Amino acid sequence: MENAPLLEMRNIKKDFFGNQVLTDINLTLKPGEVVGLVGENGAGKSTLMKILFGADVIRETGGYGGDILINGQKVNFQSPFDAIAAGIGMVHQEFSLIPGFTATENILLNREDKKRSVLSYLFSDRLDTLDRKKMNENAAEAIKKMGVNIDQDMKINSMPVGHRQFTEIARELSKEQLKLLILDEPTAVLTEKEAEALLESIRGMSKRGIAVIFITHRLNEILAVCDKVVTMRDGYVVNESPAGETNVKEITQWMVGKSIGDDVSSQAREEKDLNRKTILSVKKLWVDMPGETVRNVDLDVQEGEILGIGGLAGQGKLGIPNGIMGLYQAGGEVTFAGESIPLNSPRKCLDSSFAFVSEDRRGVGLLLDESLEWNISFPAMQIQNKYLKNYLGGIIKWRDEAAIKEVTDKYIDELKIKCQSSKQKAKELSGGNQQKVCLAKAFALEPRLLFVSEPTRGIDVGAKALVLDALKKFNREKKVTIVMVSSELEELRQTCDRIAIVSGGKVAGILPAGEDREKFGELMLKNC
Amino acid sequence: MNKNNISDLMRRFSVPLMFVLICAVCAPVSGLSPSYLANEIVTRMGRNAFLILSLLIPIMAGMGLNFSMTLGAMAGEIGLILVCDWQIVGIPGMILAMIISVPISALLGLFCGKVLNMAKGREMITSYIISFFINGIYQLVVLYMMGPIIPIKHTSIKLPRGYGIRNTVSLLSMRQKLDNLIPLTIAGIKIPVATFIVVFFLCLVIVWFRKTKLGQDMRAVGQDMEVARDAGIDVERTRIISMVLSTVFAGIGMIIYLQNMGNIATYSSHSQIGMFCIAALLVGGASVDKASIGNVFLGIILFHTMFIVAPKAGTVITGDSMIGEYFRVFVSYAVITVALIMYETNKRRDKSKAGKQLALEQEAANE
Amino acid sequence: MSEKTQENSLKGRIQGFVKTFGLPRLIITGFLILLLIVAPFVGADLPTQISNIINRFSWNGILVLAMVPMVHSGCGLNFGLPLGIISGLLGATMSIEFGFTGSMSFFMAALLATPFALVFGSVYGWLLNKIKGGEMMIATYVGFSSVSLMCMMWLLLPYHSPNMVWGMAGKGLRTTISLEGYYTQALANILQINIGNLSIPTGAILFFAILAFAMWAFLHTKTGTAMTAVGSNPDFARSAGINVDRIRLISVVMSTWLAAIGILVYEQGFGFIQLYMAPFYMALPAVSAILIGGATVNKATITNVIVGTILFQGIVTMTPTVMNNMIHLDMSEVIRIIVSNGMILYALTRKTEGTK
Repeated sequence: MENAPLLEMRNIKKDFFGNQVLTDINLTLKPGEVVGLVGENGAGKSTLMKILFGADVIRETGGYGGDILINGQKVNFQSPFDAIAAGIGMVHQEFSLIPGFTATENILLNREDKKRSVLSYLFSDRLDTLDRKKMNENAAEAIKKMGVNIDQDMKINSMPVGHRQFTEIARELSKEQLKLLILDEPTAVLTEKEAEALLESIRGMSKRGIAVIFITHRLNEILAVCDKVVTMRDGYVVNESPAGETNVKEITQWMVGKSIGDDVSSQAREEKDLNRKTILSVKKLWVDMPGETVRNVDLDVQEGEILGIGGLAGQGKLGIPNGIMGLYQAGGEVTFAGESIPLNSPRKCLDSSFAFVSEDRRGVGLLLDESLEWNISFPAMQIQNKYLKNYLGGIIKWRDEAAIKEVTDKYIDELKIKCQSSKQKAKELSGGNQQKVCLAKAFALEPRLLFVSEPTRGIDVGAKALVLDALKKFNREKKVTIVMVSSELEELRQTCDRIAIVSGGKVAGILPAGEDREKFGELMLKNC
Repeated sequence: MNKNNISDLMRRFSVPLMFVLICAVCAPVSGLSPSYLANEIVTRMGRNAFLILSLLIPIMAGMGLNFSMTLGAMAGEIGLILVCDWQIVGIPGMILAMIISVPISALLGLFCGKVLNMAKGREMITSYIISFFINGIYQLVVLYMMGPIIPIKHTSIKLPRGYGIRNTVSLLSMRQKLDNLIPLTIAGIKIPVATFIVVFFLCLVIVWFRKTKLGQDMRAVGQDMEVARDAGIDVERTRIISMVLSTVFAGIGMIIYLQNMGNIATYSSHSQIGMFCIAALLVGGASVDKASIGNVFLGIILFHTMFIVAPKAGTVITGDSMIGEYFRVFVSYAVITVALIMYETNKRRDKSKAGKQLALEQEAANE
Repeated sequence: MSEKTQENSLKGRIQGFVKTFGLPRLIITGFLILLLIVAPFVGADLPTQISNIINRFSWNGILVLAMVPMVHSGCGLNFGLPLGIISGLLGATMSIEFGFTGSMSFFMAALLATPFALVFGSVYGWLLNKIKGGEMMIATYVGFSSVSLMCMMWLLLPYHSPNMVWGMAGKGLRTTISLEGYYTQALANILQINIGNLSIPTGAILFFAILAFAMWAFLHTKTGTAMTAVGSNPDFARSAGINVDRIRLISVVMSTWLAAIGILVYEQGFGFIQLYMAPFYMALPAVSAILIGGATVNKATITNVIVGTILFQGIVTMTPTVMNNMIHLDMSEVIRIIVSNGMILYALTRKTEGTK
């Protein structure tokens, strides 16, 4: 079996609780081959890599279908350690480094060179002393293999971000058995020069016979370094081409899909009065939200519209509503209906009749340990003094349980929240119903402007439609302006009037919802 | 950058500096002679160093100040009580007491480590409560079981009622046997050479330990449990080992401490020991997540100088001897409080600093 | 078949009950019931025992109640209770120093303690807001530091009342000050009921009931609701426009004030003011009482307070008498240490961070 490919993935399938995320994926890799893996968020790239790397989450959710062969041998990894032993290395987006250790110590973490001593014979080999000299040599060798120079005695927490990335790569390269390296968006944190060096390093690895799977949104890099480009969409491999025979425009089209017959949604939408005035104006907004940094955003929202904000993950689309609502540190100017809104103060925003449905449903959106009544009524009670009975001339503001129950029952009815009673705890509901509770909480505030962040993330198809319909209805009947952030372009196109695409922390452009998918795709990759 | 370094340095050494000042003011006022002071400090160095050194390992493993070092102290006391009853005297008695204390300490350390693994993120308050809990068990054993269940022969250490141990157990047969093993007096200062040798040996062990694979793992676990786990280090086990080691060392340290004192206050010797050791270590410039052997010795010198001179100085200044007594207790607690507050605020400050830097960068980019 | 399923469901129900109620709590309740049953047989007088428990309940109830606000706002168990106790002691000693006697001295003590509690509570709350996440350990040591600082103050402050200072020196407060002629039994004597050996300090219990009701009512107001929400999920509360730090500060001040009043009520029952190191370990019994009552690190109700105080005080008062009568062996102190600290340990090792 000399000419068996290094890696072969055959008919890989995976579903999360009945939700098909990967269908019949086939992928082969020869030694030294560099494959670029591209696709929108949610296309299934990271799930595929998790399967390959034996991640715990895959096994916990029922395993996968299909076969993985390495050098023609079928393998079934029980844990990432098995994958590592089989010669697979992976550099994650989040750093897995010990901050107070030097580069050398991190590169050889838990694989340190050791010297035996009397005590280690007596007790355990954990009493071996570290062989610092040999460790330095080995680390230096790995860094040399990588081809990018980093100071191996520098501590991680005093390193620039790029060098941390390189330390991670060097760690993988220091493993003798390494045959296949997965790089998950490694260039996102690198400067232009560093990214260039990394590409050079990938070429070097390839020459040494190490195969590389390179995941990135920067298509130029893919074209510059890869032998083959694999494009994924909605859990399928939609295209596989040699890198030399394609171009950025083509790949973008594959990524976002063809624009045949999917304009139904925008056509079906009733035409709204187009001559509208700007109600919310955002100027020079910056937001320090980890992983979703926003830089210099100008954005105008028109009264009565549903404005969509789309873009790839990590590009800053989530930072915009979170920053305006004061949940993360932000700067810039925000005016609403002619009045200036101070930033960094959730209270002021809510007082100006904004409402926000957070993407972090369980962390920010809900009081999981409290009843639905509390969840739905709480903000309206605190901000607008609703559902309270006043005694002694308003000194004592008593919770009006009857009014709270009434409003909760109303929304349970209206949004079809499946629950046993309004007293049930929020944590006992399913994701979709929890999302509806979040919406009800915002609706109860009767806002003039509603921010909705990832309203359909992690909920099933039926609930999705209900949530989106509820938003549309709320917009139509109560004349509420809605800003909706979502990573699913199709969902935005179905729901919104206009869609702003955020890329690299900036607004790359605003298009009417009926515009071609490719145009959106181009904007998404504009500043990556 | 440079300025930052200086202010950081000032922050780190603010506590030791404050103590240098307190000592510098109080020492002359107290009217104690320098040779008396020197003698006392050397004695206390020998007495406490081993105990305080036992705190270093859990700090390395990121488990904070080990308030449950009293567990080891209790094990040491049990060892000594038994040896006393068996009438084994001198150095052999001490060694036997240590041998008895080690398995007890190890068991208690194992228990403590397991419990702390269940309470990650609030190790210190948990270890503090553990020390109280085990104190209850200790009293149960010493007050009720010694006699009927664990045979105790000699009436000199038994309570008159026939079971349980007296409030004080005399260690006359072992008193300062280790300290005086190699007698040496320089300029009127008695130096417990043998004790220092033992302490020095433990320092060597700690230095060596830092260089071992286990030490490296502990440092990794201490800094980031998740990363260490991803790299294949058995986090829970490593943390338990660090607790076991600390407790065992504390047990031996307690025996050294008590041989110097010459008697055991059966029900109170251990209860304050944790607090004073931790305070001394912090006074030496250590923090909740960083401590070195240097901190131990500097801490002993400064803390105990304060401890000796404060009551005298208090008496001279206010005419009331109790003021100084209370003052030193207050200072011990205050030092720990300040160190804990500094540790928690530093954690937060580092976070907000990162945020500010990003904001600045973006402001610059916006212009 | 049906019998079997019934048995299964019964078993399941028992298991469910054990799970919600908590095994240690069950053991403690069982132990107390056992003590109550055994008591008459070993010659202990049950009515005396019961009035003992009720009395101790009336002394300690408010100190345990003081735990509630901080648990609700997510500050954890208030190990810094001694700080509030010190405010109460300052009020008590000042009231006597200013020459108030009888029941008036109790009222004045409460009044004088209040500004101290408010100031100390505010500073303490401000500090706890700076160190979110590490509250419990720092609270413990803030309590210790303040107690040891006050040890010096009791000696240095210019107190002169001959009933309080050391006779010989003429200055410096005594470690124990008798409240005879001041407010001993000030509350307990109101409407006291005596039936044979059973005596019920109605006034003191009513006083506790009023404060407990006020706490219950507060938790039903707008601010009280916000406090519970802050404890349940601070991020949720912040996104709903709540000033989280302010709510936490309020809870700490409330807790400190309740501790101040609590110690005064304790003293009126006990009959003495205890100074110096006495407040040192006062936090631990209160903490374990509320935990025994079913509270967790971030959830506590008034029922938890009442049940917990009765159970805890029941064990503390019953064990020595029953044990002494039974085997002439007083292990109550040891049992108290093991039970109360074991309970705290149990609560700390539960995963109670709220589901996320």
